[in-house]
Amino acid sequence: MTATPSPFGPSGRRRTAQAAARLAAAGALLAGCASDGSQSALNPKSPDAALIAQLWWWFLGVSAVVLAVVVLVLAVGLLRGRGAQGARPLPESRRWALVVSGGIVAPAVAILGIVVSGLWIGRETGARPTPPDVTVEVAGKLWWWEVRYRDAQGGLIATTANEIHLPVGRMVRLLLLSDNVIHSFWVPNLDGKTDMIPGQVNELWFAPGEAGTYRGQCAELCGVQHALMGFLVVATEPAEFEAWLAHQARPAAEPEGALARRGREVFQQSCARCHTVRGTAARGGQGPDLTHLAGRRTLAAATIPNTRGHLGGWIADPQSIKPGNLMPGFALDPPDLHALLAYLEQLE
Amino acid sequence: MTLTDRTFDPGAPAVRDDPEETRRLEETWRSPSGPVGWFMPVNQRIIGRRFIVTAFVFFLLAGALGLLIRLQLAVPENSLLGPELYNQIVTTHGTTMMFLFAIPVVEGFAIFMAPMMIGSRDMAFPRLNAFGYYVYLIGGVAFFGSLFVGLAPAAGWFNYVPLANKEFSPGLGVGIWTTMITFIEVSALTAAVELIVTILKLRAPGMSLNRMPLFVWSVLVMAFMILFAMPTIIVASLLLILDRLVDTKFFIVEAGGEPLLWQHLFWFFGHPEVYIILVPALGVISSVITTFTGRPIFGYTALVVSLVATGFISFGLWVHHMFATGLPQLGLSFFMAASAMIAIPNGVQVFCWLASLWGAKIRLATPMLWVLGFFVIFVIGGLTGVMVASIPFDLQVHGTFFLVAHFHYVLIGGAVFPLIGGLYYWYPKMTGRLMSERLGKWSFWLAFLGFNLTFFPMHQLGMEGMPRRIYTYIDGLGWEGMNLLATAGSVVLALGFLLTAFNFWVSMRRGRPAGDDPWGAPTLEWRTSSPPAPYNHRHVAVVHGRYPLWQEREAGRREVVIGLRSDRREMVVTSILDAEPQSVQVLPGPTIWPFVSAVAASTGFIGILVSPIFFVIGFFLAFFSFVGWLWPRRPWRED
Repeated sequence: MTATPSPFGPSGRRRTAQAAARLAAAGALLAGCASDGSQSALNPKSPDAALIAQLWWWFLGVSAVVLAVVVLVLAVGLLRGRGAQGARPLPESRRWALVVSGGIVAPAVAILGIVVSGLWIGRETGARPTPPDVTVEVAGKLWWWEVRYRDAQGGLIATTANEIHLPVGRMVRLLLLSDNVIHSFWVPNLDGKTDMIPGQVNELWFAPGEAGTYRGQCAELCGVQHALMGFLVVATEPAEFEAWLAHQARPAAEPEGALARRGREVFQQSCARCHTVRGTAARGGQGPDLTHLAGRRTLAAATIPNTRGHLGGWIADPQSIKPGNLMPGFALDPPDLHALLAYLEQLE
Repeated sequence: MTLTDRTFDPGAPAVRDDPEETRRLEETWRSPSGPVGWFMPVNQRIIGRRFIVTAFVFFLLAGALGLLIRLQLAVPENSLLGPELYNQIVTTHGTTMMFLFAIPVVEGFAIFMAPMMIGSRDMAFPRLNAFGYYVYLIGGVAFFGSLFVGLAPAAGWFNYVPLANKEFSPGLGVGIWTTMITFIEVSALTAAVELIVTILKLRAPGMSLNRMPLFVWSVLVMAFMILFAMPTIIVASLLLILDRLVDTKFFIVEAGGEPLLWQHLFWFFGHPEVYIILVPALGVISSVITTFTGRPIFGYTALVVSLVATGFISFGLWVHHMFATGLPQLGLSFFMAASAMIAIPNGVQVFCWLASLWGAKIRLATPMLWVLGFFVIFVIGGLTGVMVASIPFDLQVHGTFFLVAHFHYVLIGGAVFPLIGGLYYWYPKMTGRLMSERLGKWSFWLAFLGFNLTFFPMHQLGMEGMPRRIYTYIDGLGWEGMNLLATAGSVVLALGFLLTAFNFWVSMRRGRPAGDDPWGAPTLEWRTSSPPAPYNHRHVAVVHGRYPLWQEREAGRREVVIGLRSDRREMVVTSILDAEPQSVQVLPGPTIWPFVSAVAASTGFIGILVSPIFFVIGFFLAFFSFVGWLWPRRPWRED
């Protein structure tokens, strides 16, 4: 099982196991647009998200009935007065019956349903079986995501950015942090959102249910580039995940070829103050860790695909792609840029 | 049918209006004219009308910003507005709609209508009223003006810290927000105090609490809510001002400050705020339904209890804005239950109105049409509101376009639609004329259609993962169609509202003269002439039931209070519960002092953005202006 190669292409594997997902797709088609579904609460890919999606379909169904009843009562009531015989009000007792049943009993039943379902689903989705299989620290930055894998003792395994790989079927614990403003971590296909608040550590637990690439996005206004603060969650089979993590833990490979070696020098001069490439002298902490940049699917926090052209454009003029972001543009000489790209492309 | 005015005593002779006395009464209550005179009136109707007109101007301005937002989001990766400008526009749109439109407009309706409805000639503290208006006007213009010079705040209308801290929002923007909002809320507080005292103490003799029109009840509930909610936002924004101005560090994490403290304080105000806006609109609905069905509303007591219950419950559910902040589950569960509970009083109200409408002979005039539109939209907004009370569900839709859809359904459907209905309904009392029914109906259908086209698709956008407050979105997430639809709808919606604005303006000159009571309404405001004379009621009425005008028409006579002097501004003070006459209050006349005080206070509030020294300057200026304001009136002028 492999993830779809591009997160922006059509997902191609719309599993119909879930009635919810089917309805969602139907709804989207009805509305005249084919949703990609890689960032949708209506396309749940974990037990938690599936429960919440089910809750939504119940809510929608019940609400549709309530709305229909109210409009019907209103319409019938209005029509009854239109006749030639003049006003025909309900008798007093019938009126009270209407108010008590519609205004008290029905809402009370609905409240009971909401509270009970909310408590039950809240308990299911909030369940935290100890110990978790995987612990990942995700820190909200301006405006990207730092991802740190921790072992059971809390030791650091690997650091990456904007792309979180997780094993399918395993319980994941995310530790959500921020050292700047409040962000909110949200991958609609996998779970509800949880805020990242400076000064506290929030936890989010879930188990990805199906391999795939899902997009997440910051859900709390966090400044100029709130809109383009995205990330990917790549859920893979556990073995594949372990291999990926082991690779991420390794330092960067020695560049091969003169061009790439030249590129490393350019990197040291221009980029190392803000970026880290493990295994080299580049230890900057301002921007994302680039040790395995070439293995990532996207750039600029899931904003543009990770291709040579986009990478070059991003380095030369990041402000035109994400105005206001903290990376300055670098007007490198074409040979330098060429060398730098060659180097970065080798950071598998 | 001619009615005879009589005094308290049924055996007393009919009261004859002496034209000389009427002229003197008019002289006493008249407001000065001329350029300086514009700053002097204290009469409640003039102040109320200014509130309403100013608020609707802000509504149109903020609505234009809403259109810009929709245009920017029409297509993915649009570059019409940059991110910084977009964030400023979103913040200004939200803040203006909430603080410069919604609250002032309901206050305006309350100040304009409530005193006439309770048979009073003015409000308890007329100069305070005027002061409140100038504060609102100056604060509002200063706030909105910041957008035109590129200094508007960009941290969202709820200004979460640390984003709103000096470190992350270094410009003047958030400073303008905090100082101007604090300032404007002073105006809300003055209106609240004013309305509470007026409603409790200045009702016409005989209008006991259980005979009060439902609109007045809703205003009373609203005023009490303002009284308890506004101090919290004033405190919160003061703390933020201090953090930004003198580094107090209430919200600075590194110094032990707490970002969640801001959220608690803000939402302790922010949630009741929604009901502060909604409750008076519910009162308008009760008034309109009573008049256009031509019979008493069903479940008066149930409606009053529901209003009061809504007021109480609304203070117990602020945490449902904070479900995603990581607070413990047990505490959150309480707020989940409380949030869902608000469905009961609202359900009772909706079904009382449905019971009143059932089988009634309804005149489908424009005000009624807007109220019928309310039913559909508000019920949808209420249903999604109950949904988001559920914690697990809220964690998916919180901070998304689903929420944007939800609160626009509640606020536009629940408050703006009925208020526009109220505008059509009470327009004769503002201008003496009726607004065009034809334009009104066109306006309604355009707005109704446009509204649903704009906001209904947003529910789906939210479910499909679109967060709110994003200036753009990448192509290929499946949000394109719905966004385009919403943008198209917003143009229709804007046309609908503009048509009402046009109607308002054109009907001032060309509208059909209304006469005193064009709709056959039951409440006292329709006993005044259209537009009312400066003293509102030529004679203060004596009330015997909930529907005085209908009862008087049936009885063929009406009872009035006599003995009030016509050479000074006198009003009858009555007891709180039963409205038994207690004494006579003499009100002050036109004066420039409230305006001077407002200018003095705003010197401090606006100047503080530049330098803290203006706090001192503003303090002394305001002090001297208050001395002038409170200077004892000379007794020999009184008698």
